[in-house]
Amino acid sequence: MGRIFETALYPYSRSPDQDAATPARHRVVIVGAGPVGLAAAIDLATQGIEVVVLDENDRVSWGSRAICFAKRPLEILDRLGAGQRMVDKGVLWNLGKVFFGDRQVYDFNLLPEAGHRRPAFINLQQYHFENLLCERLFELQAKGAPVELRGGNRVASVTEQEFGMELEVETPQGSYRLQADWVIACDGAGSPVRKMMGLDFVGRVFEDNFLIADVVMDGDFPTERWFWFDPPFNRGQSALLHKQPDGVWRIDLQLGWNIDREAAVKPENVIPRLREMLGDEVKFELEWVSVYTFQCRRMEKFRHGRVIFAGDSAHQVSPFGARGANSGLQDVDNLCWKLALVAEGKAPESLLDSYDAERVQGAEENILNSTRSTDFITPKTEVSRLFRDAVLDLSEAHEFARPLVNSGRLSVPCIHDASALNGPDALPGAPARTRPGAPCADAPLGAGFLLDRLGNDFVLLTIDAEAPERIEAGPIAARRLALRTADDATGALAARYLGGAGQGVYLIRPDQIVAARWAGFEQTAVQAALRRATGGE
Amino acid sequence: MAELITTPNLPDPDGFYEELLAAHDGLSKAESDALNARLILLLANHIGDRRALSQALTAARRVGSEAGSKAP
Repeated sequence: MGRIFETALYPYSRSPDQDAATPARHRVVIVGAGPVGLAAAIDLATQGIEVVVLDENDRVSWGSRAICFAKRPLEILDRLGAGQRMVDKGVLWNLGKVFFGDRQVYDFNLLPEAGHRRPAFINLQQYHFENLLCERLFELQAKGAPVELRGGNRVASVTEQEFGMELEVETPQGSYRLQADWVIACDGAGSPVRKMMGLDFVGRVFEDNFLIADVVMDGDFPTERWFWFDPPFNRGQSALLHKQPDGVWRIDLQLGWNIDREAAVKPENVIPRLREMLGDEVKFELEWVSVYTFQCRRMEKFRHGRVIFAGDSAHQVSPFGARGANSGLQDVDNLCWKLALVAEGKAPESLLDSYDAERVQGAEENILNSTRSTDFITPKTEVSRLFRDAVLDLSEAHEFARPLVNSGRLSVPCIHDASALNGPDALPGAPARTRPGAPCADAPLGAGFLLDRLGNDFVLLTIDAEAPERIEAGPIAARRLALRTADDATGALAARYLGGAGQGVYLIRPDQIVAARWAGFEQTAVQAALRRATGGE
Repeated sequence: MAELITTPNLPDPDGFYEELLAAHDGLSKAESDALNARLILLLANHIGDRRALSQALTAARRVGSEAGSKAP
């Protein structure tokens, strides 16, 4: 197995910017080449917006880190041209088992809804994820897309100027200055940019430590998610076992608060613990081990003038429910089309405030869910443990208790019901799931899928309804996607978009979120909704 | 969604009370606490009405002279 995280994928090389007499100016500078920064660069480059990514390192991250990628982020990756390679490499699973003490209390099957291109989620090490994003970025670059990834470039300062932002960048060959119309800070939970700007980042720190280990096993463990509460090999704590590609298993062991963190990661302490968990007969090799403490917090605002924060730099959650990288990708999805319109002068800067409003809502939902999971997994008081154990005890014989078991609620996208960008919900009889503010539900279309036909620009989706092929409102245009209910023999398209309605017209944003819907086409109404969805009026 | 019933609604109150205590017979304090927790969860699911449950939680938190006042 190749050690992808030991390979320099984008080694430092001298940029002409370093020898420029006056600082070179770029449309967008992204700080950080993690999953969020890379995805943002791909998104902007796809839309023809010139972008430079600065990363202090030159390779993907070490260790599995984020390992669960959920359905909505996979759909976003499809739009970015990187979804299929992720799914091809990733591990799919539907079965989970829950253990309490020394016994299995129940198992479950996710049974995802049919008629979607993508599964509920895949397991994939973050280093593979980043590597595949780099691959996509280099592909775009080779085709002439305006994107550049600079390794060994550490941002030392960010200052606001009249024209935009100026950055001081340190390299192995000294420092240089750069100018940017816009900066996206994707520089992680410890965000140096956030600190340089003296911005707040408050929230709840959980007093707990978790050991995470990547283990290469030749054992024949099934492809299932196993979660233990209070197991014999980790008394009073929890444990998680998850399968990743290349025969690598991810193990998370809760350690408690008062521990020696340095000692905890030493192989001579880790291996006996894993041996107890996996059994004497299983052969394994430790690939990576780390201890982490997590926090649930967010910035008050994600946009500060021409600096926009996305991913962990803006918000952090506990790992339960896989809401870190997944929410960062949704930040990118929400931000990039807006930034592209603003950068090209097609929409007012205030459109970016809707990024702040919509993604703060997403972060709040994620923080709420992950805090609830944490409180279940790690009871803070005697009475919370009492109820937690009561739920687990009951779950073995009584199905009703299983929805109360919370080992992480898997990331689902939020619905922006209160978004200022939403237009009318004027399609009586249509289902709530595709109302304005909701991400479009996928549906089969012959051999393909609906979501493959949406995104990157505004779409006027008509189902059994008439409309012109193109609608314009000032500099903003929407292209029509004309469908008939008969295009989907399974009936999912009609069920998800029409319900009891005979026909429908949907205005869909470039990020595949429904902006408005009507029973029929009416030009002035659609134009008004287009203006509203792009920050006008 | 229904209102929490706080007027007498239980047939054979003495019999129920006896049965409730008998369920705890021979249990340690910890075992009794665990039984109560399981019982609350079973009953909550049976009631299945979020409004009534919220009113019950509020009513249960009230003590002394407040206890007689109507739950919100």
